[in-house]
Amino acid sequence: MQVLGIYYYWVFAILLMIGFYAVIAKLNLVKKLIGLTLFQAAVFLLYIAMGKMEGGTAPIYGASAEAFSSPLPQVLILTAIVVGISTTALGLGIVVRIKEEYGSIQEDEIQEIDRR
Amino acid sequence: MNPLAAQMPALQVIVPMLMAPFVLLLPRGLSWAAAAAASLLAFGIAAQLTATVIDSGPVAYQMGSWPAPYGIELSVDALSALLLLVVTGASSLALVGGRASLAAAVGEDREHYFYAAWLLALAGLAGIAVSADAFNIFVFMEISSLASYVLVAGGPDRRALPAVFKYLIMGTVGATFYLIGIGLIYMMTGTLNLADMELRIAEVADKEPILAAAGFITVGLALKAAIFPLHVWLPNAYTYAPHIATAFLAACATKVSLYVLLRFDFFVFQQNLSGHAFQFAAYLMPLAILGILVGSGVAMFERNVKRLLAFSSVAQIGYIMLGASLVSIGGLTAATLHLFNHALAKGGLFLAIAALAPLAAGLRLKDMGGMARQAPWTFAAFVVAGLSLIGIPGTAGFVSKWYLVSAAMALGAPGIALIGVVVLGSLMAVVYVWRIVESACFGEPPENPARSAAVPRPLGAAIWTAALANVYFGIAPGLPLRLSSSAAATLLGHVPA
Repeated sequence: MQVLGIYYYWVFAILLMIGFYAVIAKLNLVKKLIGLTLFQAAVFLLYIAMGKMEGGTAPIYGASAEAFSSPLPQVLILTAIVVGISTTALGLGIVVRIKEEYGSIQEDEIQEIDRR
Repeated sequence: MNPLAAQMPALQVIVPMLMAPFVLLLPRGLSWAAAAAASLLAFGIAAQLTATVIDSGPVAYQMGSWPAPYGIELSVDALSALLLLVVTGASSLALVGGRASLAAAVGEDREHYFYAAWLLALAGLAGIAVSADAFNIFVFMEISSLASYVLVAGGPDRRALPAVFKYLIMGTVGATFYLIGIGLIYMMTGTLNLADMELRIAEVADKEPILAAAGFITVGLALKAAIFPLHVWLPNAYTYAPHIATAFLAACATKVSLYVLLRFDFFVFQQNLSGHAFQFAAYLMPLAILGILVGSGVAMFERNVKRLLAFSSVAQIGYIMLGASLVSIGGLTAATLHLFNHALAKGGLFLAIAALAPLAAGLRLKDMGGMARQAPWTFAAFVVAGLSLIGIPGTAGFVSKWYLVSAAMALGAPGIALIGVVVLGSLMAVVYVWRIVESACFGEPPENPARSAAVPRPLGAAIWTAALANVYFGIAPGLPLRLSSSAAATLLGHVPA
């Protein structure tokens, strides 16, 4: 049951690959960004999963619990989420500008326009 | 010791970062002056730090006085000092010289946003160089990347937009790969401090996750550093960015990622993963050789001058990786030295392009006709930087290629083949630099002559500073050589710098 016991790593890997597939295979720029967001979210899950402890609570001094979950991965991921949001926002901003300039957000059509 | 001097590593990042919002708040007329002043101040701090590192070894700084590895540590050793000089120097030269060119490219009304993004990029790049914490490096990397996407997209050419989108996608994938690698290491060791990581990995019994982490980190950073064949974002991003921004980014953006790559692969993994040196060489040496040959080859047939220089950058990154993949003191010295020298040469070339661009609309080779007569001084500086790019004796580029060749020579027979690659790459560089010189000297001038032939004074001064630096460091390479040989010793052997 070792393989199923670490199901959260499977979730991580599958989400990561779905996101990566969308980034590579989709021609629509917004869909690429959705893929990128999924790709990043998968990594957030990896970090959160590693900090989780069965029955652990928040590490507050004086609490009577015996097991504590590590707060550090969550803090790290809070930062990484902010980075991810900024990237998505900037990416969407660029897509809006591309739509204004080229009238399309399909990668192949944009390349076609540039080649002319 | 002067109390301010002790805070230098933190100030290196804080000065440009705090100045960025101020640039937006200040009256419009002052935004350029504020940005240039912050950048020059950062350069002064970098010079001061370098002097301290040379005098008394690496500088460690505990953020908020929390002792490492629990707190966040900043540390400046020879390698970071070399990089800080490159980053802040390139930024200062480009900003001081680039006001008129940027105002034309970005527009007076949007200029201050552009300077704010510039300072954030500078803060991020400097932050990567001073940080000794893996996660901080990630955050600074993203700060600098997000800001440089803005810098690239700031130009008037609409083709910059698809280029920057590609840059954003590939850059983010690279950074996320790096993040996965850090996560795997953190899972096994519980630390993010690089020095502590190195010690704790040695205690880990099951090295497989560490090996996976090494793979993720190397590939992710190779994407950011545009190592062949992961360079596809680079040519268009450099070509369509505002010229001054290209000069800044070409001089240091990829170099900083290379720095993190070297730091991880040598400082953290080298001692701990058995066979790491062989794997590193076996995977990266072919890529480095292909990068040199393909990059130079494409540059030989490229018709747009900026794209030509961008492909030459791909080849030059190949030289740096070739030096690193020798995994010897000599090879790493050559790699770090070339990192410095290539920044000098390429920064100077792109600055000169910024000055020539108003005369040669379109910047195709045939637009360069008559350039040598219209702007003789600027073009002379371009040629000096071009000679350094080729590696002519007496210029900086020669020194690093000489060290690369001597390091390859130490390998014996297989080294001869590598020397062949270096020589072939340099000959190809002769061809592509000559193509520009040829059309500038002997090409037909454009039908309708350009509006004004005057190169702004500050830009001319910046270009000649870069060109003379190429000559100076070619004749007296003492400073970068000292820093890079001590950096190589730190990377390989744990000898304090």
